[in-house]
Amino acid sequence: MPAAAPRSGDAIFASVEHVNAELFTLTYGAIVRQLLTDLEEVDEVNKQLDQMGYNIGIRLIDEFLAKANVSRCVDFKETAETIAKVGFKMFLGVTASVTNWDADGTCCSIVLEDNPLVDFVELPDTCQGLYYCNVLSGVIRGALEMVSMKTEITWTRDVLRGDDAYELQVKLLKLVPEEYPYKDDE
Amino acid sequence: MAAAAICSLFIINKSGGLIYYKDYGSAGRMDTNDSLRVASLWHSMHAISQQLSPTVGCSGIELLEADSFDLHCFQSLTGTKFFVVCEPGMPHMDALLKVIYELYTDYVLKNPFYEMEMPIRCELFDVNLSQAVQKDRGAFLGR
Repeated sequence: MPAAAPRSGDAIFASVEHVNAELFTLTYGAIVRQLLTDLEEVDEVNKQLDQMGYNIGIRLIDEFLAKANVSRCVDFKETAETIAKVGFKMFLGVTASVTNWDADGTCCSIVLEDNPLVDFVELPDTCQGLYYCNVLSGVIRGALEMVSMKTEITWTRDVLRGDDAYELQVKLLKLVPEEYPYKDDE
Repeated sequence: MAAAAICSLFIINKSGGLIYYKDYGSAGRMDTNDSLRVASLWHSMHAISQQLSPTVGCSGIELLEADSFDLHCFQSLTGTKFFVVCEPGMPHMDALLKVIYELYTDYVLKNPFYEMEMPIRCELFDVNLSQAVQKDRGAFLGR
């Protein structure tokens, strides 16, 4: 039986139930504010946001795979393109682009022109070290880990910190395929 | 009594542990220990088949045909395996497995109180799964 063709991000985004964007922005804002109140340290908040994102990502990946009908990506380039074109579109309704590939093909940048998490947000002086959207880096890291890719994800550009776009550097650290331990001597 | 569409359904996590077992027929009913054992056996056989396969990039056994049953297996890219034991020659089992995968991503993974890799104890999953299996059985009998 031939495999179903992969669905486009637009098609999937159109087929799922939608929620009010303002509610989404307000909910995320409430989470960040509460974390700042509870943890006080901006670095701790960054870490927690990343951890929350990770916990989301490990569950989100199966949702993505079930709805998008993608087959295994042949290389990391295809993975990055899939995240940018299908993933971001499907979950956030925005299209991202992939740039800045290194020579190995293990490190690239995903650039977001638009970001629904940060509508109406401005960072005060007291929160200058905060990566407001750090949940996104955790989501990607968690999702990729469940498909055997260990990655390191950092923000290189952040509009809330004065840059012109949101840019995530995605670095593939290593592939960790599920190995069946059938060799006793290992 | 009408024949069930499927005899049993197993869901195995990426380490080979059984996280869900449901049987739909009186034949081949297993107790908990047996179902755990069968699940680990299948996990190992599935992994070994990938090693044995002459094709590069083989993703393991998808269909096992025996005299008295068929076994259809679907492995997600995250390593979770869904397999059904059914009567020989049952059509559209792959589609049913895909539906079960979607139910898993909805009612199990989106339940914040479900712990990853642990046995599934989600009532909504049970309810929706029964409906999906009934629907499939209805479609089969209606042919």
